[in-house]
Order: sequence, then structure tokens, then C-alpha cells
Amino acid sequence: MPEQQVAEHETDPAEEVGAFLRRRREQIAQRWADAALFRTVYTVSRDDAVDAGRTVVEALAAVAVSGRVQDAEADGFTVVREQLARTAQARARAGATIAQISEEMDALRPPVTDLLLDELSESPAEHLRECTTALTVLMGTLRLVMLEATTIAGQELINRQRLELLEIATPVIKLWEGIVAVPLIGTLDSARSQVVMETLLDAVVEQHARIAILDITGVPTVDSLVAQHLMKTVAAARLMGAECIVSGIRPAIAQTIVHLGIDLSSVLTRASLADALAYALQQQGAHIVPNPASTVEPR
Amino acid sequence: MTHSTGSVSACLPINSDLDLVRVRQHVRQMTAQLGFGLVEQTKLVTAASELARNALVHGGGGQMECTSVSSGGIQGLRLVFSDQGPGIVDLDQALSDGYTSGEGLGMGLGGARRLVHEFSIDSRRGIGTTVTVTSWNSRPPRPREAP
Ligand SMILES: Nc1ncnc2c1ncn2[C@@H]1O[C@H](COP(=O)(O)OP(=O)(O)OP(=O)(O)O)[C@@H](O)[C@H]1O
Ligand SMILES: [Mg+2]
Repeated sequence: MPEQQVAEHETDPAEEVGAFLRRRREQIAQRWADAALFRTVYTVSRDDAVDAGRTVVEALAAVAVSGRVQDAEADGFTVVREQLARTAQARARAGATIAQISEEMDALRPPVTDLLLDELSESPAEHLRECTTALTVLMGTLRLVMLEATTIAGQELINRQRLELLEIATPVIKLWEGIVAVPLIGTLDSARSQVVMETLLDAVVEQHARIAILDITGVPTVDSLVAQHLMKTVAAARLMGAECIVSGIRPAIAQTIVHLGIDLSSVLTRASLADALAYALQQQGAHIVPNPASTVEPR
Repeated sequence: MTHSTGSVSACLPINSDLDLVRVRQHVRQMTAQLGFGLVEQTKLVTAASELARNALVHGGGGQMECTSVSSGGIQGLRLVFSDQGPGIVDLDQALSDGYTSGEGLGMGLGGARRLVHEFSIDSRRGIGTTVTVTSWNSRPPRPREAP
């Protein structure tokens, strides 16, 4: 149909690539199903790989037709973003690096280019060049979309883990009847402090604790905000009828607190968790009797 | 005494709680590299934490520039915290212990000044605040000016 061919030559190369992708969707999807990226992700069923390929080709076609081959934000990509992220994650779980995934994405291009060259073998060189360029740019954008989706998915994972960490990183340990300890580790930002306070107060109620020990050995920096959080927690515990001891204040931190000018005199402190426990036991009326059979030399 | 100034080794943004963690970690790393003792490390990290938080909370965000300096063979670290916030109207009041315009303890600014060897502050209403602090890995190379 020579007439139609003439008409096609006048259309925009991106649009023509879009039409080509739609026409050859099936063939492209079949070829992709055997490419590393699809083969290694859809291991169980080749049909699934072909299905996934079809969806991606369809998305590419929609983007090309809209003339936005360079635009990673183009609407056409929306439908495949999640699928691409899942594919990339599956590859990452299998041990592939981002660079490898990127290479595998790149390997999807040659089979499509071959088909395009076949189809346009009769076209003028200039037109052929424009169409292959449009296809190359489009495939580059697809790669970008995939890597972006991967990074965002990774970020979401981190955010979720961060939330989980807030909860699990605050264990309450029952040391003795009526004595609980909370070892704090890491940064005490405001969100974390809130969790610590709630956890501690809950434990005071549930375990009928008279003494709660907050151990800060694992807190790297005590600045005015952290100090304020500690004081608030101590005051709240006191309101609930429990005495709160802050232990694990290292020498460098003690000196820093003094220079900072913070008055922790309202807070009962002990150098180590062991000291705090000894004090707490004493308060409970318990006595620690050294074992006479112990071979340890007396100090 | 003339100080020789190294190039700015890093410029860190201060726009979130997470940035505060990065600021502290960076200062800790730099002071350790420069051979600061544990107490001096802890002091400077804590001062940085206060000043970075002020830039974030009161200044609406800003940045920290970190430069290693040396004077008379002594290594030091200079930190410049800057923001484009509302500025501090009454510096003496802001520096006094216990004054806060928010809900803090009001110990940050004055405390940071006590934790470092050199401290200067430049604040302009409506333009922003810049606080510059320096600490040395041993005794400061010149007597500390009375505050
Ligand atoms: N970068 C800044 N820009 C504007 N105002 C500031 C800045 N830094 C400090 N201020 C003002 O100075 C006051 C005192 O600061 P300071 O750090 O001593 O206390 P705080 O931040 O209120 O409480 P905290 O003890 O938790 O640090 C602040 O309340 C604020 O009004
Ligand atoms: Mg402050």
C-alpha cells in the first residue's frame, strides 16, 4: 500500500514508533519473554512473562503516541511502574546489582530495534534514523522509570522498617519483682522519646513496678532535647508512683551535660546498670550476700 | 596568630531530624580523624547538635559547613551553621540560660557556647542567623576570650 506508506512518512517519528509497537506487541513480548530480565523473574510460567511483556509494550506505545518519549513522568508509564518495581525487586533479591538490572533492561532494546529496522527497510535513511532514535530514547526512559520505581520502593521499605524499629527497639526487661529496665539504643529524637515514655509507663502499670531504670549506655549524644525528654519521662513515672533511675551516663557525657548547663539533680542517676540494680534491690529491701564458696578474690 | 584554613570539607543540609543525625555523625567522624579526645569529641558533637537543631527549629532549616583548620601545629575543626530564618532579635536574651521562645529548656545556645573553644554569632532580623564555632584537639592556641 504505497499511499499509506507515504502518509506514514509524514507522521511524527514518535507516533510512528507507537503505532509500530502496537502492531508488533505480540512478537516483542515473545522475544522479551526469553530475555534475561523476564526469564529470571517469571521462572514458573513463560505465559506470565509474555503477559508482563505485553503490558510493558502497551505502556511504551501509549507514551510514544503521546509524543513524550523522553518524559519519565508520562501518564503511559503509570500502569507499569509497580510491575517494573516488582520485577527489579525480584532481581535484586536474586542478588542482581542495580547496574546488572540496568544492563538487563538495556538488553530489551535490540530485539525491538531489529523489528523496527525490518519494517522500515524501505524508508528513507533520514526517517529511519529519526524512528530508531525515538525508540532508543523511549527505551532509555523506560529504564529510568524502572530504576526510579526501584529506588522509591526501597525508600518505602526503609520508612516501614524505621517505624517497626521504633517499636521493637524499646524492650522492657523485668529485672526483679517490681523492677523494670529499658535499655535505650541510638538516637532519641522526639518520636522515639514518645515511644520510650509510653512503653515505660505501660510497663510500670502492668508489672506494678516501683522502680524503672532507663539505661542510656547506647545513646551516643545527650543534648538539651534528649535531657529534656529524660526529665519528662522521669517526672511522668514519678506521677505513676514509680521511681526512675537513669543509668549508663558515660564520663564524657557527664562532663558535657555539666558544660551544657543542664541540671539533672532532680533525676536519680547511677553510673552503670549494675549500680542502678543494686540500688533498686536495696530499696526493695533485698540484700545481696556474697557466696562464701566463690573463688573470686575479695577486692 | 594566623590560622591556616583548610578547604571546606563538607557542607551538610539541615532540613530534617535525619539531617541532625548526619550532622552529629559527620562531626564525630571529623573530630576522631583530627585526634580529638573523647571528651572534646563529645562536647563538639553536642554543640553541633544544639546549633543544627536551632537552625532547623527556629531558622526553618539551613546548613552546616565543616572545615578543618590548623594553628601553630594544632588541629581544629570549624563549623558554620547558617539559616535564612527570622534572626534573633535579642542576642543576650537568647544566649541566657533558660530563655526559650518555644518549649525547649533554653539551654542550647548558651550551652553550645560553653562547649566549644571559640564561638561567634551573627544574626540579622529577617535575614538569618550564622553561628560559627571552633574547637581544637588540645588546648586552644590562644586564650579564650571571656564570654
Ligand atoms: N537559628 C536561630 N534562628 C532564630 N532564633 C533562634 C535561633 N537559635 C536560637 N534562637 C532563639 O534563641 C532562643 C534560645 O535558643 P536555645 O537553643 O538556647 O533554646 P531552645 O532552642 O529554645 O531550647 P533548647 O534548650 O531545646 O535548645 C530560642 O528559643 C530562639 O528564640
Ligand atoms: Mg535550641
